[in-house]
Amino acid sequence: MTINKTLNETALTIEVEGRLDTVTAPELEKEVKGGLDSVQALTFDFSKLEYISSAGLRVLLTAQKLMKKKGGSMVIKGSSEDVLEIFEITGFSTLLDIE
Amino acid sequence: MVNLEIKAEVENLDKVTAFIDEQLEAADCPMKAMMQIELAVEEIYVNIAHYAYAPNVGDALITVDIVGDTALITFEDSGVPYDPLAKADPDINASLDDRTIGGLGIFMVKKSMDDMRYSYQDGKNILTLEKKLR
Repeated sequence: MTINKTLNETALTIEVEGRLDTVTAPELEKEVKGGLDSVQALTFDFSKLEYISSAGLRVLLTAQKLMKKKGGSMVIKGSSEDVLEIFEITGFSTLLDIE
Repeated sequence: MVNLEIKAEVENLDKVTAFIDEQLEAADCPMKAMMQIELAVEEIYVNIAHYAYAPNVGDALITVDIVGDTALITFEDSGVPYDPLAKADPDINASLDDRTIGGLGIFMVKKSMDDMRYSYQDGKNILTLEKKLR
């Protein structure tokens, strides 16, 4: 998994490439827990995400809760059909803002 | 039928995934089914790694059997008896504030596999996932 971050004032885009699984999710969690202090608009770019498991969903849930608490926004864009289907069956599609 | 005996640690997930992928690719498994099976295998394997032998470490035996167009994947461990199918489904309609991740992994497995069977025999947890490849 590779993480690419682009910060534009208070808007942060995190591009995740590869697999977001039990082994790699802690790395993204670290970014989310430690790197959002000045961020008001968070975007996850999943156009290069190949796979997500419940460990990855856990990080998204943490991020969404953090952003809500500080009154910011969070959007997920570019997900593949397979990833969208996972959001669908887990109810995450109604919980998250997915473009 | 092929199998992999492995020390059930989260760090070995890559090896487990590679083993499963190799068998599925040999069976010309479509991408979508492959991702669903990988997901199920990760959730089950990580459960074993986290809980079966805690705080110690033990082995897991993973067997892949392709019968016609169906993949049968069996996990065996000698850890504490645990039936993942007995776990209640999470409330997937809960609001963000009430939403937790507990039980979500097994729920995803139930939704993406065609069948799941659990038994406890001779001191072993035996869990079989069944998935039609096409």
